[in-house]
Amino acid sequence: MSSQSTTIPTVASYGTARRRTTMGIVFLALAGVIWYFFSRTTQAGMITTFTLNPGGSQANFPDLVFGTLPILNVLASVCALIGAFQLVRGFGKRTNAVLGLVAALFIFAFLSWVASGASLNLAGLLRATLIRAIPITLGALSGILCERAGVVNIAIEGMMLTSAMLAAIFGSLYGLWVGLFSGVIAGGLLALVHAILSIKYKTDQIVSGTVINIFSIGITSFISAKYLASSRHLNNPGIFSDIQIPGLVDIPFIGPIAFSHNIFFFGMVILLALLHFGLFFTRWGLRLRSVGEHPKAADTLGINVFRTRYMAVILGGMMAGFGGAYFTLGSVGRFDEVMTAGRGFIGLAAMIFGNWNPFGAFGAGLLFGFADMLAARLAILGVRVPSEFLLMAPYVATMIILAGVVGRGQMPAADGQPYEKEGH
Amino acid sequence: MPPVLELRNITKRFPGVLANDRIDLTLNRGEIHALLGENGAGKSTLMNILYGLYQPDEGEIFINGEQARINSPTDAIHAGVGMVHQHFMLIPVFTVTENVMLGSESIKVGGVLDRKTAAERIREISSAYGLAVNPDDYVRDLPVGGQQRVEIIKLLYREADILILDEPTAVLTPQEADELFKIMHSLTERGKSIIFITHKLREVLDIADRITVIRRGQVVGSTTPKQADQNKLASMMVGREVDLKLEKKAAKPGAVVLEVENLKIADDRNQIAVDGISFQVHAGEVLGVAGVQGNGQTELVEAVTGLRNALEGHIHLLGEDTTQASPRHITELGTAHIPEDRQRDGLVLNFPVADNLVLNTYYKQPYSQGLIMQHELIAETAKTRVENFDIRTPSVETSAGSLSGGNQQKVIVARELSRPLKLVVASQPTRGLDVGSIEYIHGRLVASRDEGAAVLLVSSELDEIMQLSDRIAVMYRGKIVDVLPAKGASKEQIGLLMAGLSGQKTLKNPAKRGKSRKDA
Repeated sequence: MSSQSTTIPTVASYGTARRRTTMGIVFLALAGVIWYFFSRTTQAGMITTFTLNPGGSQANFPDLVFGTLPILNVLASVCALIGAFQLVRGFGKRTNAVLGLVAALFIFAFLSWVASGASLNLAGLLRATLIRAIPITLGALSGILCERAGVVNIAIEGMMLTSAMLAAIFGSLYGLWVGLFSGVIAGGLLALVHAILSIKYKTDQIVSGTVINIFSIGITSFISAKYLASSRHLNNPGIFSDIQIPGLVDIPFIGPIAFSHNIFFFGMVILLALLHFGLFFTRWGLRLRSVGEHPKAADTLGINVFRTRYMAVILGGMMAGFGGAYFTLGSVGRFDEVMTAGRGFIGLAAMIFGNWNPFGAFGAGLLFGFADMLAARLAILGVRVPSEFLLMAPYVATMIILAGVVGRGQMPAADGQPYEKEGH
Repeated sequence: MPPVLELRNITKRFPGVLANDRIDLTLNRGEIHALLGENGAGKSTLMNILYGLYQPDEGEIFINGEQARINSPTDAIHAGVGMVHQHFMLIPVFTVTENVMLGSESIKVGGVLDRKTAAERIREISSAYGLAVNPDDYVRDLPVGGQQRVEIIKLLYREADILILDEPTAVLTPQEADELFKIMHSLTERGKSIIFITHKLREVLDIADRITVIRRGQVVGSTTPKQADQNKLASMMVGREVDLKLEKKAAKPGAVVLEVENLKIADDRNQIAVDGISFQVHAGEVLGVAGVQGNGQTELVEAVTGLRNALEGHIHLLGEDTTQASPRHITELGTAHIPEDRQRDGLVLNFPVADNLVLNTYYKQPYSQGLIMQHELIAETAKTRVENFDIRTPSVETSAGSLSGGNQQKVIVARELSRPLKLVVASQPTRGLDVGSIEYIHGRLVASRDEGAAVLLVSSELDEIMQLSDRIAVMYRGKIVDVLPAKGASKEQIGLLMAGLSGQKTLKNPAKRGKSRKDA
């Protein structure tokens, strides 16, 4: 047999070649944008100032000050060089990492241009990005749990919304921790409904998810208008206060950005690491993924497909519930109608963007969170780009990714397919 | 000593079908016991019962003399029964180690996977039984033979003593099959017992110690290779005398009908599936395309019939460039297409037989007058064709989906071959059919050839290729490795080519090879 494998000719990959060219063109285009839209419109001698201390922090770290035009030109040249190298030789397996680098350079160029002749609080921006990424990432982790086990869950939005309301009510009545707990349970219960519909009764999973979303919007809006509006004491839970991680919070620049948050941020980081480790390094994860890839194979090896899927969907729902509680107990301090505003769906986009990997989804969550936050800030700064365009950018990127231009993701093979046992 | 396994009186009913009817079977230690029968005879049902996937309605299972309750695969694994399914139960994105350990993982504290220990055990099993695999490879990167070895290792990892191999050679080249037979012997030498399910007569005679033949859910007889021959086994399988030899006259090749030049095609995943191939098919000859499935044959057929766009190269049909032509135009030039997947591409399963019989001509006179379809005429035509092509159907209004596989295929053949034809493209035309239907379809294809059509036959059944073809092109990894005349070609030679080894033997006939390749 080994003699045969030596004679196997390699099959040329048509897709890889096309992708290399596409990515090269994308890099060059970004370089072009930096030069055409940013460099050309910047006068020589303009100065960009980035403040590196988030507001409210005691730390005193010097500002970053540089000439706008030289930096923009350098960034444009670097992107162009990378693009040229990509076209001629290609980065091979590192292409995605290089894409991330170019995107980061582009964003830096954009911020430098925006802040030319003014001062921008970079540290504040980054801290806000992390915070905005919390619900998106939790939504994505919830989606990963479900879909890695083969169940599509588009009801994350609805689970978050219901959880947010219950967390607010129970939080107001019995305290924050009870509120958080009831939010998590609410997510789990809605997930149980989704699981029964889609695993036991093999309903179309999109239909089941849509039903839960519509139900959630209806019930929360009704309760909010009917009871919460009139009874203020039911909708005033307060929020979890920030925890400073001793030692780490004193690191200049990074400390105030990453180590002074409330429990939702740290909870997300822990869940992220746990899920990654659980999925790829434990028996639990191996079995969960096997059920999402090839349920019949798992079944023939004695793995209970149905139980595994129930477990994954319910845990995913609880994850979404935790993310939902963030809105009321971690951010706003009260429930407003439809306050999740599509974050659950954006979480699903982050899941796809992140290729069904927890850390990939977190990266995508940061990107979406960044755009979300920037759109809000830029309106204040009075920038010439309509903030709606910025809001759109990550989703345009998601569509491009879904179209397979940047390389098709590895969706679990049995995602969305109900499992039917034979012969019973 | 009691037999390792004894099945007594196993009966299994599905709605409307008696899949297993009081089947008895014994398996002795260290024995290879072949279970022979046509598709749908009930072999797989019986084995799924033994493996706990189905529950029998009646009957008992004894393992090592003790009655066993097998309600699930877990029970079967505990009882020492393991099964290699016809469609591999492997997860492509997992490594060999992950696939093998799944369900009986080695773990450290807290459920953390211990891949190292598992990989070590796989290496031990691999060297003990001569099953070459690398535990760290991803299964998606392995050739089919390698995937099958992983499946066997899965069983040995669980310390199975009774191994069920369900049609294990269906996806292998003849050489890979020989390799598998060696492995099977090394397993039985070490005390394992094997049930070998197949419908290939030659293999049974080569490897089995005992043979049990099943027909329509019943055991029709047991024998040994010494007492049986292919004809005897075939008639036991089918229930009547079968002539395995196809009579055909010498071919009278005429003008070139189909010419493929330097064709490059990508598959659904955008990988090059057909990598610059050229060949011609002449009127009045059968060009057989041999090769293990998945070496570009599917894409080639789709390109020729207009269902897939080529990246590069040209296809000429009767001198016209049809590389970009629509399937309908290609059909109207006189092309018949018997597709690989008859249920997906060959029929509209919910439509009645009559409508399925005119899918390629319904829009034309006389079946349509303007916008109106002529149902009476279509039904009349259907009745004649059902008779001529021996299609067993309750009526022409029966939906095609409710017919048996063989009769579905006959509907397609009747539709495609009942027109004046220049080119017949037949892809796996007899896959999964009973011997009777195979005989019939082979006869029809040869008849088309004798009427002057060019026939492009794609099949992964080497026997079929050898019997029908006048010339044989062997495909491997998207390239035509060689084209050789069927007369004088040996199975071993073609088998080697199918595995990508262009043996020196094939250089014997340079003159004829040159002819078929001169325009490459």
